[in-house]
Amino acid sequence: MARSSLTTPEPDTATAAGRLPAANLPEVYRRLGAAEIRDALRKMRLIRRFEESAEEAYVRGLIHGTMHLSIGQEASAVGVCSALSPTDYMTSTHRGHGHCLGKGADVGRMFAEFFGREDGYCRGRGGSMHIADPSTGNLGANGIVGGGLPIAVGAALAAKRLGNGRIVVCFFGDGANNEGAFHESLNMASVWKLPVVFVCENNKYGMSTSVARSTSVKNIADRAVAYSMPGVTVDGNRFADVADATHAAVERARRGEGPSLIECLTYRIRGHSKSDRNRYRTKEEIESWQKRDPIQLFEAELLEFGLMDTPEMVAIQTSVEEEITAAIEFAKASPAPSPADLTRYVYTTERGSHGHHGA
Amino acid sequence: MTQMTYMEALRDGMRVAMRSDPNVFLAGEDVGAFGGCFGQTKGLYEEFGPKRVVDTPISETAIMGLATGAAAVGLRPIVEIMFVDFMGVCMDELFNNAAKMHYMFGGKITVPLVVRAPCGAGFSAAAQHSQSLDAWFAHIPGIKVVAPATPADAKGLMLAAIRDNNPVIYLEHKGLFGLSGEVPDGDWEVPLGKAEIKRPGRDVTIITWSAMVGKALEAAERLAADGIEAEVLDLRTITPLDVDAILDSVGRTSRAVIVHEEVRTAGFGGEVAAVIADRGFNLLDAPIKRVTAPDTPVPFSPVLEAMFIPQAADITRAVKELF
Repeated sequence: MARSSLTTPEPDTATAAGRLPAANLPEVYRRLGAAEIRDALRKMRLIRRFEESAEEAYVRGLIHGTMHLSIGQEASAVGVCSALSPTDYMTSTHRGHGHCLGKGADVGRMFAEFFGREDGYCRGRGGSMHIADPSTGNLGANGIVGGGLPIAVGAALAAKRLGNGRIVVCFFGDGANNEGAFHESLNMASVWKLPVVFVCENNKYGMSTSVARSTSVKNIADRAVAYSMPGVTVDGNRFADVADATHAAVERARRGEGPSLIECLTYRIRGHSKSDRNRYRTKEEIESWQKRDPIQLFEAELLEFGLMDTPEMVAIQTSVEEEITAAIEFAKASPAPSPADLTRYVYTTERGSHGHHGA
Repeated sequence: MTQMTYMEALRDGMRVAMRSDPNVFLAGEDVGAFGGCFGQTKGLYEEFGPKRVVDTPISETAIMGLATGAAAVGLRPIVEIMFVDFMGVCMDELFNNAAKMHYMFGGKITVPLVVRAPCGAGFSAAAQHSQSLDAWFAHIPGIKVVAPATPADAKGLMLAAIRDNNPVIYLEHKGLFGLSGEVPDGDWEVPLGKAEIKRPGRDVTIITWSAMVGKALEAAERLAADGIEAEVLDLRTITPLDVDAILDSVGRTSRAVIVHEEVRTAGFGGEVAAVIADRGFNLLDAPIKRVTAPDTPVPFSPVLEAMFIPQAADITRAVKELF
């Protein structure tokens, strides 16, 4: 992806009042072009509205099973993906809707999958927890805590061997940092200097169990020391902080210097899944994090630096609403899978070369 | 044809596949210069180098995930899990990821990998290094399971497994590594899912696979001396199961004895028996019999281990009960 640098804000998009000196401009805003910044905000809005709409659809009985919403974590998903090229790979988690959309998934096909329809990303076989889209480098969201880490290492080994310049971003939650798969994967990636960026979204709880009660280190990024890789803890609710750290880690990976660990401190505003009654945390705690809403923080910063104005932001919201409405209609109109196809896709019968080199 | 051992043959299969496709690579603990725990990969590191014959840390979960991820994006990994008993360490990556990705993702991702896992008892290696866990893997939709019994099948099934676009568990029996036999030269595959009659007979079908094929052949010779002609049907592939071959043979003999080294309860023999009972009940003149290991961990003492492993005498006894 070509990156144009933004040295100074456009004068006509800045509001004079509250505008900060250009010297304070976070590095990432110099790196990303105006279009990319706008796209990042749009994606954060899209993820938020996608999940809110999915919640509504769930209540109305359009979605079966359960869902794991990432409302409040959008800056992490989009900040990380802003540093990737479309051909880079990604592995995701049970709380992965934002990752998929951040990497470029289409909301219509996302909804179709949530509704269990044939036009869904997985033809209705996966559901909300298992979205894969090889065309955008998305190697799949994983319902097993820590399950995606070794897969990311494998994809990175392949990228290195094939010499295609791709890197792999591996999302996981704070709960995964106590799984053996986490430790094996970081070690293996480090020993072989594989192009992986491990991104821990620390939203404070593995279901109901807090990080403080489950994890022996203060910061999960501290674990990086044990595997001889850089580890940073960033404010996961600030787009710029996440994007800055990810750009550095991606560059290191592309230079062939190996993996990095980024810990994004964030918070899931909703419960773990639809059955969560929030008995393990206080209303005050949730409210304190709602005041640090990543979309609001991002918009405030963009206004302060004069990188975008209010009418532009309103226009994004309007276009997102239209996109969501159209997507839901698309999904509703999509056919359910044929019952006769129940056992299809258990095995592939195709022979010969395979894989997803294109994109 | 070349005379070679089972171990040489499975290695030859890997070598042929690696020469014909640069995307094939081998990874595992001590598979490099060391040549594999039992010597299975000897010489491959020298021929293909460290990028294609990769020594890994002792991290079975990461090894299985490594194969899964590399396969998902275009390579064809062969990974060695040093003993099938160690599959417990990495079962999650196998059964929740490798096996399910193709289905769960609606056919968008394929995972062509081979997991080689030495199995079997007979070396006083005790309970954690001697098991046969065939049914464990057979129970997982999305993976295929092969268990060759001869050098020729060891090579042919290896090539077919590597070239199949699904995850395949290749169970190599430690007790067969030194077995010698004729093996076709060059690029030669044994199709997955095809059983083979290793000895024709008209009176009873002995259905078996892996190291028990040899025991069944030995039993068949003894039975012949008593006037009973046993057919030995080697499944070769456990899943997908060659149901047609089973029903065809039982249709001719009217009697079935299933022999496996796995423990009895919920062993794969139960599935084979159920298939015969379900689809071939009217073919039978006698009850279906199973000859298996008992429901115990594998013992260490040679005296006990010899009792644990099904022997030719156990098979002949079971067969004679049907007449």
